[in-house]
Amino acid sequence: MTISMASIRSFTFALIAGLTLAGCGYNTIPTLEEQAKAKWGEVQNNYQRRADLIPNLVATVQGYAKQEREVLTAVIEARAKATQIKVDASQLTDPEKVKQFQDAQNQLSGALGRLIAVSENYPELKSNQNFLALQSQLEGTENRIAVARRDYIEAVRAYNTELRTFPGIIWANTFFRGNKAMAEFAAGEGADKPPTVKF
Amino acid sequence: MIAGCIPSAFGGRGACITAAIGALLLAMAASFALNFPALTGRVVDQANIIQPATRAAIEGKLAELESKSGIQLVVATVNSLEGQDIEPYANELFRNWKLGEKEKNNGVLLLIAPNERRVRIEVGYGLEKTLTDALSKVIITNAIAPRFKAGDFSGGISRGVDDIITVLTTDASEWEQRPSLRLDKDQQTDPTSWILFFAFLIFIILVVVSPTFRWLFISALTNVSVSSGRYGGGYSGGGYSGGGGFSGGGGFSGGGGSSGGGGASGSW
Repeated sequence: MTISMASIRSFTFALIAGLTLAGCGYNTIPTLEEQAKAKWGEVQNNYQRRADLIPNLVATVQGYAKQEREVLTAVIEARAKATQIKVDASQLTDPEKVKQFQDAQNQLSGALGRLIAVSENYPELKSNQNFLALQSQLEGTENRIAVARRDYIEAVRAYNTELRTFPGIIWANTFFRGNKAMAEFAAGEGADKPPTVKF
Repeated sequence: MIAGCIPSAFGGRGACITAAIGALLLAMAASFALNFPALTGRVVDQANIIQPATRAAIEGKLAELESKSGIQLVVATVNSLEGQDIEPYANELFRNWKLGEKEKNNGVLLLIAPNERRVRIEVGYGLEKTLTDALSKVIITNAIAPRFKAGDFSGGISRGVDDIITVLTTDASEWEQRPSLRLDKDQQTDPTSWILFFAFLIFIILVVVSPTFRWLFISALTNVSVSSGRYGGGYSGGGYSGGGGFSGGGGFSGGGGSSGGGGASGSW
């Protein structure tokens, strides 16, 4: 039993130091990155869900309000454009791409809003069961989009902060030099609020 | 944290503890921007609009729903939405209370804000296919709003709850997945790793500080038989009493679930 006090002390301090540093450092960045990507996936899912509702909606409105051709066409075109722009999880560090995506979706929101507004002039359409169901689905989806965007913004904030603050910055500059900050959403210009319908 | 709080430097342990409590309170205050009512039970009637008899009946139904299917349906009335729309408020309240089981996210929140005249059914991730947005809207429009308009809050809420339960329970798949390990599930993932970590840390500290302990440790390493074996005591059972308080009649707490904004709102 001739192990000296000094060597035991240094051993245990090294152990504690290793634990605290390694435990709270290395894993954080990849974990936060994956979380942000997952939240992005959720955002995309919900936008896609909204896009999927639209054909049905357009068909229903067309049944009652065929003469509103402009508005209907605008929605169809905006939808086509929005579904074409996809942002892969690996492209999240490119703010341009994310902005493009967001702009396309905002345009679709605008076109949808106009469609709903126009439908208010058609009492038969307003009371159609199918239309009402679609409307509530649309509202629900818009709400989900808003929630998913909030979650994504929060996750990106956490990730970007970790990359820039201590001790994350140490890991960012050594092992994770390739990780860049992810793009955030600009605060929604009306895209957060579901298209409201007042009866 | 433990290493950073050296008692001798700043006037003894008292200062250390106060600082820690202060920091904790500050963190708690910062994280809850809204004043949510506490989850005191399955019916949280902050606005005091539900009659006692109805309330008791509803609580019974909700408890039965949970015991049969694990679904946590909670009714809440609030005095004020604090300037928010009911959609974000309901979602944040749902997440704050963590309704539904963690893995299944099978919680539902029926939120009524009588002063803003808004009502919302907020559905957890796991139930969105069953209690769809359209169905929620139908329940609100047909069962809840008309009664609220006539001033009958208790009736409207009671009927709404019945309808929601009907929708949730007529879907056979919800009944089939009876969560048999529900009571134990909550206690597994989160606390275990922390308990192990702290036990290990305490172990290390004991080895440094106490010569007796160190001797025991070294002896064990060199295979000398030791009689007391105190260092096995760090992991005694899963004695974590915080979370899953589903035991009959006792405390009610959220199961760790979350919601993504599904459901529908209405007004009257």
